[in-house]
Amino acid sequence: MRDVVAREKRYVTVISVSDADGIVTPQEIVWDDGRRFVVDRVLDCRQAASLRAGGCGLRYTVRVGGEARYLYYEDPRWFVEAMVVPMPGA
Amino acid sequence: MRAILHCDMNSFYASVEQAEHPELRGKPVIVGGDEASRHGIVLTASYPAKYRGVKTAMTLGQARRVCPEAIIVPPHYDLYQRYARLARTIYYEYSDLVEPFGLDEAWIDVTDSVGLFGGDVPLLAREISERLRSELGLGASVGVSWNKVFAKFGSDHDKPDGYLVVTPENYRQVVWPAPVGDLLYVGPATTHKLLQMGISTIGDLANAETWHVRGRLGVVGEMLVAFARGLDASPVKPLDLALMDADREVKSVGNGVTMPFDARDPQTARQVIWILGESVAQRLRALGLEASCVDVSARSADFTSCATRQTRLARPSNITREICATAFRLLEENWPLDAAHPLRALHVRASALTRQASSAQLDLFGEQERRMALGRLDRTIDDLRRRFGNDCVRRGSELTDPRLATLDPQRDHTIHPVGYLHGAAGSSTAGVAGTLDRPRGPG
Repeated sequence: MRDVVAREKRYVTVISVSDADGIVTPQEIVWDDGRRFVVDRVLDCRQAASLRAGGCGLRYTVRVGGEARYLYYEDPRWFVEAMVVPMPGA
Repeated sequence: MRAILHCDMNSFYASVEQAEHPELRGKPVIVGGDEASRHGIVLTASYPAKYRGVKTAMTLGQARRVCPEAIIVPPHYDLYQRYARLARTIYYEYSDLVEPFGLDEAWIDVTDSVGLFGGDVPLLAREISERLRSELGLGASVGVSWNKVFAKFGSDHDKPDGYLVVTPENYRQVVWPAPVGDLLYVGPATTHKLLQMGISTIGDLANAETWHVRGRLGVVGEMLVAFARGLDASPVKPLDLALMDADREVKSVGNGVTMPFDARDPQTARQVIWILGESVAQRLRALGLEASCVDVSARSADFTSCATRQTRLARPSNITREICATAFRLLEENWPLDAAHPLRALHVRASALTRQASSAQLDLFGEQERRMALGRLDRTIDDLRRRFGNDCVRRGSELTDPRLATLDPQRDHTIHPVGYLHGAAGSSTAGVAGTLDRPRGPG
């Protein structure tokens, strides 16, 4: 396991469903290298500031691969608090 | 008794930058204008920078001398507007009576709604402050009182992240010992005059004879004495969403510009007046208003003279041709437009606004019909510009002088502080300002 040295704000592609009431539910997060992460469940949704990466928005606490993660909706873009790891060999 | 909160987000511009960029937190951050285009002043400084002596409106050069380690970032107004809007969204959850005072401050009247939230006003104030912190990442001071002036005093007095409750029981102990300059609307000039009268604290002012202060400061003096006594009864005026955001009652619509060249002949001055007047008229139409009064300000190239002249229109109008022609006639009559009297800055303003009439009285000579035709022409041009951009329809005169292509006052849009005294001394201006006006850097 590599050490996480910091978090950075990273905008990501999100596939979501918006229902007839206008409620938006994220379904899948598409990483910039093409990997797709399925959102198993939305655990919480509230307006919040991202203290680790900066910015604020509608914060979805989502379960991805068994772990809870924050996914921010900064109308109209989505971002995550991406882990910054040291370069291998650095 | 009313329950009024005043929310003031601390070092707003700098705090937003820190919320967006966590690596700036806890550091001396200065949000400053662009030095290259002669706007190099401190708009806002974070608290660590303020403690080192950086003050709002200092030049960036001075700021660097007192605080060399400061991180200077350029302003991002769209971001500040977004955060201000999100903050207002929070306020609106507690009351519909929210009066913004600039971008970073607002009064909230919770008199009738506090019962829905448990009835405890100080607790509500803390809740709002905590929500701003957790949802936007911004610190705020909140003042609580029964009138707007003391609520503002409360939020000013316990910074940062403070909160102060001013009640009829404690205001003599809390507000009165403070220096008189801490009262809303007592600026340096007024403070000086009051000091000469032996009034140094807010308590002194409250206990002064009204006629005495009035004799020196006029009507404003009377108002200030009432403020100091806690007799301010002005209501919290909600924002009219039909009008501009961050603006309330529009008293005038104006547009000015400092030209990159001097106007030395009537032709150039006329072209500039038309560009300004046209955007004023366009904005009047967008707001559904008509003006009865037009005024023109001019500043000479050597800064030695600056004059404003105003005139009344025959009838209220928002027709481009009427406003521009009136404005130019006014300038022509009052200023020798020749090479010996070059002009540096011009400003056109329309005031005495009324709602646009839905019907008009026709006359015998077809004058009103001609005006209606001009109105239709204006509306057509507005619609074209709305759909295809401001440059899609231009006046022929603008094309003859390439220098005018660089003049686009409408794009230099800045946010004006909102006047506190409605209609009286202050007025809120739905302004498109060029370099004549500067946005206020908040706290």
